[in-house]
Amino acid sequence: MKFQQCTLSNGLTLIAETNSAVYSVAAGFFVRTGSRDETSEVSGVSHFLEHMAFKGDDKFSADDINRVFDEIGAKYNASTSEEVTMYYAAVLPEYLERALDLLSSLMQPSLRREDFDMEKNVILEEISMYEDQPSFTCYDHIMATHFAGHPLGQSILGSQASITALTADQMQAYHRSRYHTGNITLAIAGNCRFEDAVALAEKYCSRIPQGQPSRLLPPVKAQRNSRLIVRESSLQQHIMEMGVGPDSRDELRFAAELLSVVIGDDSGSRLFWELVDPGHAEAADLSYSEYDGAGSWMSYLSCSPEQVAENLERFHKVFADVNANGITADELEQARNKVASRVVLRGERPMGRLSSLGGNWMYRQDYRSISDDLKSVRSVTLDEIRKVLDQYPLAMSTTVGVGPLAEL
Amino acid sequence: MSQPINSFRLANGLLVIVEQMQDVQSAAMTLLVPSGGVRDPEKKCGTAAILTEMFARGAGGLSARELCASMDNLGLQRGVHVGSAHINFTGATTADRLCDALPYIGRMVTQPHLAEDDFEPARDLVEQSLMSMEDEPRQRLGKMLREYSYAAPWGSAAEGELDHLENISIEDIRNHYARNMAPDEAILGIAGNIDPGQIRDAVEAVFGSWKSCPSSEPERGKLPQSPFHIEHDSAQTHIGLAWETIPYCHERYYEAWAAISLLSGGMSSRLFTEVREKRGLCYAISASLSTLRDEGRVFAYAGTTPERAQETLDVTVAEILRLHEGITDDELQRCKARAKSSLIMQQESTTSRASSLARDIYHLNRVVTLDEINARINALTTEQVREFAVEYTPKSMVLVTLGPQGLDPACVTSL
Repeated sequence: MKFQQCTLSNGLTLIAETNSAVYSVAAGFFVRTGSRDETSEVSGVSHFLEHMAFKGDDKFSADDINRVFDEIGAKYNASTSEEVTMYYAAVLPEYLERALDLLSSLMQPSLRREDFDMEKNVILEEISMYEDQPSFTCYDHIMATHFAGHPLGQSILGSQASITALTADQMQAYHRSRYHTGNITLAIAGNCRFEDAVALAEKYCSRIPQGQPSRLLPPVKAQRNSRLIVRESSLQQHIMEMGVGPDSRDELRFAAELLSVVIGDDSGSRLFWELVDPGHAEAADLSYSEYDGAGSWMSYLSCSPEQVAENLERFHKVFADVNANGITADELEQARNKVASRVVLRGERPMGRLSSLGGNWMYRQDYRSISDDLKSVRSVTLDEIRKVLDQYPLAMSTTVGVGPLAEL
Repeated sequence: MSQPINSFRLANGLLVIVEQMQDVQSAAMTLLVPSGGVRDPEKKCGTAAILTEMFARGAGGLSARELCASMDNLGLQRGVHVGSAHINFTGATTADRLCDALPYIGRMVTQPHLAEDDFEPARDLVEQSLMSMEDEPRQRLGKMLREYSYAAPWGSAAEGELDHLENISIEDIRNHYARNMAPDEAILGIAGNIDPGQIRDAVEAVFGSWKSCPSSEPERGKLPQSPFHIEHDSAQTHIGLAWETIPYCHERYYEAWAAISLLSGGMSSRLFTEVREKRGLCYAISASLSTLRDEGRVFAYAGTTPERAQETLDVTVAEILRLHEGITDDELQRCKARAKSSLIMQQESTTSRASSLARDIYHLNRVVTLDEINARINALTTEQVREFAVEYTPKSMVLVTLGPQGLDPACVTSL
């Protein structure tokens, strides 16, 4: 695998990791924009815009886009998070040009009013669909509660009300303010030649306007909060808790990742042995998320309502013990081996490499090869784990529940 | 595009298929043991599911924690899943470590402790996952659609039934293990950058002493009548449709595949275009093939808010019924292109190859190479697909909806 980068004539950054041993190539536009960059009047616009991108531009109609992506057998889609909107396609090498032609058209969509009105229905259905998934509802509310008053607390999908009220003009204005070359990275991973990638990018990306949109990075104010969404007819209770963790530029993030595996991986972790193995809970895990200028621990519990109180006590006991005594060398070694294997297996396919490639660039303007990641995982020490725990103890300040319980 | 495939059978009956993939760094395995939910005793639906939860709880003299630590240290990503026909053991790690990892999978399969103390926790977990499923309307609907489509026990939920769990004891689990967890009809698929000779030695050492015990698949029972609608306190009305098609082993399978691909294969497919893109009726809509060894179904799903649900149902059924109309070369060409790229990309995934090898043996008794699939798909003509769609236009459909209120089923009952 070989990494190369360049800046195109309009200022767009192209990064590529080429590998002639694979059969496909994946390409993606990573746009540094998401729900955190929205005002409350346009809540949900980033995600809605991601849908509208597929409705075409002057050259391609909506039907064209769906049709041509299928014609070249692309595996393609897009996603929107709090911080990044990405558009990607994995294709056989001979179709890279066609894929880039289409993907680049998604960056400058026409946003036609009739398409906007029709797609609004689909977005409203998507909001309803997620309402029927308790764990998703729980996630949406814990983000809103934990980051209340901070941009990261803004909902990705928006609400029925905000989407209903949103106008095509507001979306146009949002698009004009965010989709500039300084805010977009084109990443390519897999079987292609770098020179070809540069030539194709120059050919198809020239219309993206120059500019460097900014993003507000206010500090997160830790606050104690709890909220219960009552669903009387549900059988299971879902509880998420959140606390402060290292941010995306913190050198401690690898230690934080390994710590979350030791404490809360879905099997073989401390929470697993305390809660899941004995049959007290269906799910009991801890994850670490890094954001721009912020980071978080998030725990997740799913169990029958009667067992919630005891189970939360078990969680907090595990956390208190780790905060006080740290973890053992054996636990760290086991987590290193687990994570190292995941890095290798995920990196085997171009699509897996693309998200790592784009993600590292979005957050750190940094390239990391598979061996860089393996080295970082291997070199985490017990001292660093101690340091993470001292600076970011497993202390959850926010609690959100979805299920039959009206109080905890 | 196909790579070398070897197969051999151990004296106890275990059939092993190995595909060498030279351009990858990993290796993966899938072991299918015919001990799935269809073999659950009557009124004890969930026996295989609880057994599945027991394998990692101690085996071959190692405690659950020792087993787990050993496998984690080998970087083995693994799972044990219960299905209707099989309990399925999967694993993947870097290619150089698969031979070291196999003995641990082997212990779980051939020497699980099945200790009394581990039974309650395993049953509790099965119960909790069933309760979660009840709360998720789409999952609950999928379970019901299967139940009303395939005669028992093939339609029964391999995950278990909540009101059966209390009938199941540790003795039932041990009996289920003794009767069904045997190598006779078991299939092991392995794919990756491995040396077939080395793998053969490792497999013989690990599974050679697994005791044979012949058994047979259960008889088919009755098909329950579908209820049309189940009240559920949800934001959307969840619509499920099922109809008969041919199974994977059928000689016309690729025609069936192409027909469903036209209907729901990509974002330019008919359902996505007509129901979502043109009318904005829903976010999620799909149809896919489901197959047993000797029969097949199409399962379709759409989720939409109650006030748009009737139109969604009517438009969806109309599209299904007119599938044979106006099939163009371009339309079929797109299906072929998507298939070709999926096939080639499969060569980048040891996990998906290992499971395809095992699945092919179960359904066809042979492995279909990627070259053969490619050739079969390339040879399809629009005329063939049209004829198939005419012949297999649904004569009846199973309809189940889940949500605040029911729908008028006329479009289905009038068939």
